[in-house]
Amino acid sequence: MSDRSIVKTGMTLGMIAAVCTSLVAATYQLTKDRIAANEKALLEQSLQPALTGIFYDSGVSESRLVLQPPHGLPGNDPAIIYRVFAEGEPAAALFVVTARDGFAGPIRIVLGVEASGSVTGVRILQHRETPGLGDKIVSARSDWVYQFDGRSMGDPQLLGWALKGDGGEFDQLTGASITPRAVIKAIRDTLVYFDANRDAIFQAAATEAEE
Amino acid sequence: MTSGGFLQQLQTGLWKDNPGLVQLLGLCPLLAVTTTLVNGFGLGIATLLVLAMSNALVSATRRWIKPEIRIPIYVLIIASLVTCIELIFKAWFPMLDRSLGIFIPLIVTNCAIVARAEVFASRNTIGVSIADGIGMGAGFAMLLMAIGAFREFVGQASILSRLDLITGGEPFNGFSFADSGLLLAILPPGAFFSLALAVVLKNYMDQRRRNSRGAFASRGLRRPHQ
Ligand SMILES: Cc1cc2nc3c(=O)[nH]c(=O)nc-3n(C[C@H](O)[C@H](O)[C@H](O)COP(=O)(O)O)c2cc1C
Repeated sequence: MSDRSIVKTGMTLGMIAAVCTSLVAATYQLTKDRIAANEKALLEQSLQPALTGIFYDSGVSESRLVLQPPHGLPGNDPAIIYRVFAEGEPAAALFVVTARDGFAGPIRIVLGVEASGSVTGVRILQHRETPGLGDKIVSARSDWVYQFDGRSMGDPQLLGWALKGDGGEFDQLTGASITPRAVIKAIRDTLVYFDANRDAIFQAAATEAEE
Repeated sequence: MTSGGFLQQLQTGLWKDNPGLVQLLGLCPLLAVTTTLVNGFGLGIATLLVLAMSNALVSATRRWIKPEIRIPIYVLIIASLVTCIELIFKAWFPMLDRSLGIFIPLIVTNCAIVARAEVFASRNTIGVSIADGIGMGAGFAMLLMAIGAFREFVGQASILSRLDLITGGEPFNGFSFADSGLLLAILPPGAFFSLALAVVLKNYMDQRRRNSRGAFASRGLRRPHQ
């Protein structure tokens, strides 16, 4: 190629890059508010099922407390706690924690605990368990996670927080016991943590959102 | 490849040169996301849109694109379009976007798209190029949906599960026929088996048609046009 044609070719490339970039920029401008709103809605929507049966003030996602490991909660990635208030008084806490010992990697769980210590709901946020076996822990796939509603540390006692087959009180999943075992253990450890740290949790200042 | 009419080009992509069944391109997403009909539909539509638009853009700019820089330009165009589609999915189908996850951005690496830019759009007018993109995209999408439906049916004994990812609303578990299906179908090997079955089925149908064409040569509808 001659010098002139190199310059010309470079300009073509530049032009097309500019057109493509504007296309992306325009789409971004067009969608960014919707995406931000979706993300907030999705977050609140994924937390809300773990708070069944209690009344609470709005703005749950703003009361976020992020704990860096080691934090004493299940998992060795940051744990998140949302404090839930009703008319300013502590009503419940939402824990987002990780069960490390699933069948196929970490299982991210949200667990709601009423101030009195009983569970208001458990939901699976993320997992890679096998469809048809381990994925029955997801509320859309089976009723398995509902059995924890209303239970607390003491109902049953610590040792009862296990699968029936392991001498505990909770139902198995057919053909899969590794997954539910991991979930139950994470719930149990979170309840123990809540009982020990209840006041500190509600008094701590919210963690600033990192942008 | 010649540029027959618009309809002819659609048909080529849908059946004769189906990117998944005949060219065996873009198999990574094909195998990965086809665990349900809804997932297959989502990725299929996204791929179709990218393919139609990238063919249109490549064809529109083909006069200025020198052979030396064509590949970087294709990559630029395709990557920008995929980013736009991803943003649009995040804005209007957030749940579907979450379900497909990394496979939306990964459409960039679907070689069926570069292949159509290189083989077809860079040598044809915009109209036929769009038809080619739609045909190939629809061919790919139909295959994703067929394999998704098949794997869901056999593996989960349900159909249309998680339709709510598209329509919104309450989680919908689809129409169930039994408690559980043949797990193998949903696991990765099931994807290979299903694809193999689909290829066999297509070849079988083509062969039957070829054999019967001898008898009904006058119909001439499906005659190759080379
Ligand atoms: C392909 C495959 C996938 C499996 N996926 C899971 C899973 O996601 N969760 C699980 O707990 N067990 C899974 N299992 C089964 C475990 O290996 C183990 O056998 C089972 O958890 C033991 O359950 P049981 O004590 O009820 O027999 C899987 C097994 C195979 C062969």
